[in-house]
Amino acid sequence: MRDLTNEILELIRRTSSSLPPDVEKRLRAAIEKEEPGSAARGALETILKNIDLSRAQSTPICQDTGTPIFYVHYPVGLSTIQLKAQIRSAMAEATKRSYMRPNAVDAVYDKNTGNNLGGDDFPYVHFEEVEGDDLTIELMLKGGGCENVGRQYSLPDSSVGAGRDLAGVRKVVLDAVQKAQGQGCAPGILGVSIGGDRGSSYIKSKEVLFSEMGTRNADPKLAELEERLTSEANEMGIGPMGFGGKTTVLDTKIVGLSRLPASYFVSVSYMCWAYRRRKMTVKGEEVIYD
Amino acid sequence: MKSITTPISDDVIRELKVGDAVLLSGMMVTGRDAVHKWMMETFIKKTRAPQGDDQQVYDELKKLLNGSVIYHCGPVVAGLDTKEYKFVAAGPTTSIREEPYQADVMKHFNLKGVIGKGGMGAKTLKGCEETPAVYFHAIGGAASYIAQTVTKVHAVFKMDFGVPEAIWVIEVKDFPVVVTMDSHGGSQHAVVEESSKKVLEDLLAR
Repeated sequence: MRDLTNEILELIRRTSSSLPPDVEKRLRAAIEKEEPGSAARGALETILKNIDLSRAQSTPICQDTGTPIFYVHYPVGLSTIQLKAQIRSAMAEATKRSYMRPNAVDAVYDKNTGNNLGGDDFPYVHFEEVEGDDLTIELMLKGGGCENVGRQYSLPDSSVGAGRDLAGVRKVVLDAVQKAQGQGCAPGILGVSIGGDRGSSYIKSKEVLFSEMGTRNADPKLAELEERLTSEANEMGIGPMGFGGKTTVLDTKIVGLSRLPASYFVSVSYMCWAYRRRKMTVKGEEVIYD
Repeated sequence: MKSITTPISDDVIRELKVGDAVLLSGMMVTGRDAVHKWMMETFIKKTRAPQGDDQQVYDELKKLLNGSVIYHCGPVVAGLDTKEYKFVAAGPTTSIREEPYQADVMKHFNLKGVIGKGGMGAKTLKGCEETPAVYFHAIGGAASYIAQTVTKVHAVFKMDFGVPEAIWVIEVKDFPVVVTMDSHGGSQHAVVEESSKKVLEDLLAR
């Protein structure tokens, strides 16, 4: 099997240093909504300067290079053992080159491994076998600040009067945004999962963040809720960095899962403005980066 | 826009109000979760005896931090092999995790401020009034941009905490921040928290 270590290293470099165009476009649009001279507008101006500089220098957009989350869709017959080994060696090399901060800390012994390799699950790699010949590797880097403000609710939730329906989902998501304030590095993007067990619910709330900005759920009910949540979250006036302002949330993405009759979980994964996700596709000899 | 260089006097701190944009220059020190816990346990509450180079590092910090600021930051640093350190990416980390320690650390070391993101709580706000000190908010995620203002890495202590958690002694030039908590009890975070809560209550009632 072909050794893709260098190509994966390039994927990591791009993900860490070059914000996807759809995210940048939303941030550029957001700046026009904030008052000239306000702290909120100043924050967005600095954010945009930083985006340009990081791309030009190949330096990390954010020093918290986050949890590396890989989603690999591979054709029949490719070895996931070998792919995982290549991902891990690319990650160690990316850390050496300062594309990544050493971010894997042994939680029991409090030791940083120094190379972003921490046990079998760091970096996190999800494999999915697919039909066809193409291999795709997607990477998302999710920082700790925004990860810490994620929330999971078990409905009904009397603290916000949320019942087991979409009206209840709306209430708990708005509650999560208010509780996050600016600490998840607003303006953020919300990944919301409805249903599942506690584990699958959180995983899907992140997975949905791989889709492009503005992608709406195929179910019109959920699509409408996505739009409504973004608009109502922005009514709260939390603003960039929590300074107060018009833009708190840039987009909302919802996924609906199956649940047990007894359970009704809603998970909210908050993604910071430094919404780093990139994709590479291997088509025969060719490697294409989005 | 004000320009302020460390060490900072109490008078300068008292003049600062919520909303002031400031360009900071001079020497400062990074410190986050492991550092605050270590300072508190070993030298403030003294529930843990100093070990290894603890005392030596503390003596250095007493001098460095007097009138200066702690920056809540876990940087990406190049030159780890050669020890010719250079900050590559150095935005702020979330400050609220230091809330149990910050006010005591401020008073103990005579800090004139902390730099971070997301703001801090009532205990730190009271610490700002008493010390006096302020909370400088840096732009979260603006890591390459802020790293450019770090002109020199003078020293590093406690590398055994790991690169992000170590104590980096740095010199900065025109580091952009906004005062969001002042030494007169003002907090932009408390204001936004309160107003957003009112809107949330309206939204929940719809």
